[in-house]
Amino acid sequence: MTFSPALEARFAKLLNSYPPGRTRSAVVPMLLYGQDELGYVSQELVEEVARRCGVTTLQVDEVIGYYSMLHRKPLGKYHVQVCTNIACQAVGGEELYEHACRTLRLGNKDTTLDGLISLEEVECMGACSWAPAIQINYDFHHFVTPERFDRLIQALRDGTYGRKAS
Amino acid sequence: MRYNEPSPLEVRVISQRFDLPNPASIDTYLANEGYIAIKKAVAMTPEAIIEELKASSLRGRGGAGFPTGMKWSFVPRNTGKPTYVICNSDESEPGTCKDRLLMENDPHQLIEGMLIAGWTIRSNKGYIFVRGEYRYLIDIVEKAISEAYERGYLGKNILGSGWDFDLYTHTGAGAYECGEESALLESLEGKRGVPRLKPPFPAVVGAFQSPTILNNCETFSSIPVILRTGGGWYASLGTPRNGGTRLMCVSGHVNRPGVYELPMGFPIMRLINEVCGGIRGGKKLKAVIPGGSSSPVLRADECDIPLDFDSLAKAKTMAGSGGLVVLDEDTDIVAVALRTIKFYAHESCGWCIPCREGTNWLKRILTRFHEGGGTQDDIGLIAELSANMLGRTFCALGDAAAMPTAAFVAKFRDEFEAYLQKSRSTVSVPELAVV
Repeated sequence: MTFSPALEARFAKLLNSYPPGRTRSAVVPMLLYGQDELGYVSQELVEEVARRCGVTTLQVDEVIGYYSMLHRKPLGKYHVQVCTNIACQAVGGEELYEHACRTLRLGNKDTTLDGLISLEEVECMGACSWAPAIQINYDFHHFVTPERFDRLIQALRDGTYGRKAS
Repeated sequence: MRYNEPSPLEVRVISQRFDLPNPASIDTYLANEGYIAIKKAVAMTPEAIIEELKASSLRGRGGAGFPTGMKWSFVPRNTGKPTYVICNSDESEPGTCKDRLLMENDPHQLIEGMLIAGWTIRSNKGYIFVRGEYRYLIDIVEKAISEAYERGYLGKNILGSGWDFDLYTHTGAGAYECGEESALLESLEGKRGVPRLKPPFPAVVGAFQSPTILNNCETFSSIPVILRTGGGWYASLGTPRNGGTRLMCVSGHVNRPGVYELPMGFPIMRLINEVCGGIRGGKKLKAVIPGGSSSPVLRADECDIPLDFDSLAKAKTMAGSGGLVVLDEDTDIVAVALRTIKFYAHESCGWCIPCREGTNWLKRILTRFHEGGGTQDDIGLIAELSANMLGRTFCALGDAAAMPTAAFVAKFRDEFEAYLQKSRSTVSVPELAVV
């Protein structure tokens, strides 16, 4: 299995960053960075990570089951994550998530039929003081109102969504 | 970048460079007292550095508040094993969003703090464990690391001392539990993040079975200024045994939520009213969760206390990770309790039965209660179940779930009772038609 040159370089660096004989350490980062490129953790990726780290596929599999950001099935091109934990809850995070479900017509961890958008209710993402917060893939969006949410979704659909942080 | 306006009441020590242009660049750092502390440190003995830290009364900013100098002194030297320096930037305690700012706006300060730790125990390798959600920060931190290599602050023979130190980033992939130090070490080794039985503590048997300094991102970030200006000066900023400043993350129903750097011992009510502009909408304060979601809640009448580890411990809660969630009079405490326990049930790693089962039982009881199906017995059951989880798990996650739940019930019992009344009154018997 081959990856983009940038990811290959990152993997090579990763495997060199741990003490001798400790390449198993690279399993989680490699899965996450690999998922970033592939869109999900495919069986091929599992086997490749296992091979490169010198562990069994079972050892990779048991790790995937533990970490909530690793997905064995493709997500939407844009994975919309809405936090409803207490800091966000206090200022409308739960209502925002309900709004998201309603307007996107998606349940938790569902993906739109065109594969463009997936939705997830997530735990605290570290934006408590600027709540309610969402993440679209890795981009943070702070102080998100339902109106602002709709504009962001519209931008995803129009293809005008930039990487501007807010 | 900062996401909220600073407050004039702040004491900017570790956040002093946040508002500069290009705050993450090494040139900005070097132009503003950067890498002076490590120069000082390499001329000092490990004992002298640890003494300086002890004098500073710096306590761990991750949540436990353990004195940093003492933690470093536990690391055995000359064991023949390699040693490691690990930064815990797996910030995930609900209510906390400070490490994000420290890595985004001043990554070199963190690197310098880790360098000082590395020199102190003559370690040659360090890792910054960043939670997966903070993917953009990995790029910022890695850029800073490569800048530090270019200028000779990382790599071989640092500052002509003959000592080598390499620093790397490592990422998690979504697990609150990995913020617990031993679970973090398991995760670093490529395994599921389940906690280890302690002792031995990471200072003795840590990363890769070797002696390890493991501190929170904010703790490391506080170290350069201590060596630069002296432990005594740093200690004098705070209260006795609670040295320095810390980044307080305020969220919830205040007019100006945000992250503010304030001296340890800053009064909670002044923080709410003066720094954060009071409760929004002119409402009254109901409660404050003072140190992340695992800290037991304070009622409004209990909030007239200083924000430091000892004062909050005296109030039977904790300063934790510095995340304050402020709740106004309209807040539904049962809903907050439910959301809190849902989080812990989701994040329990499943290793210890009292935590795995307890959090889920509590979640089920509170869900039923919140939906209107609660009974009088449930209130006592929630308290009893929480009490039975306390202190019966490998790591603190079981306690973190039980402590706030028990406190919500104990302090807001009337709201739980009101739920029972409400659920009774909503069950209406349809009137029968009389013909």
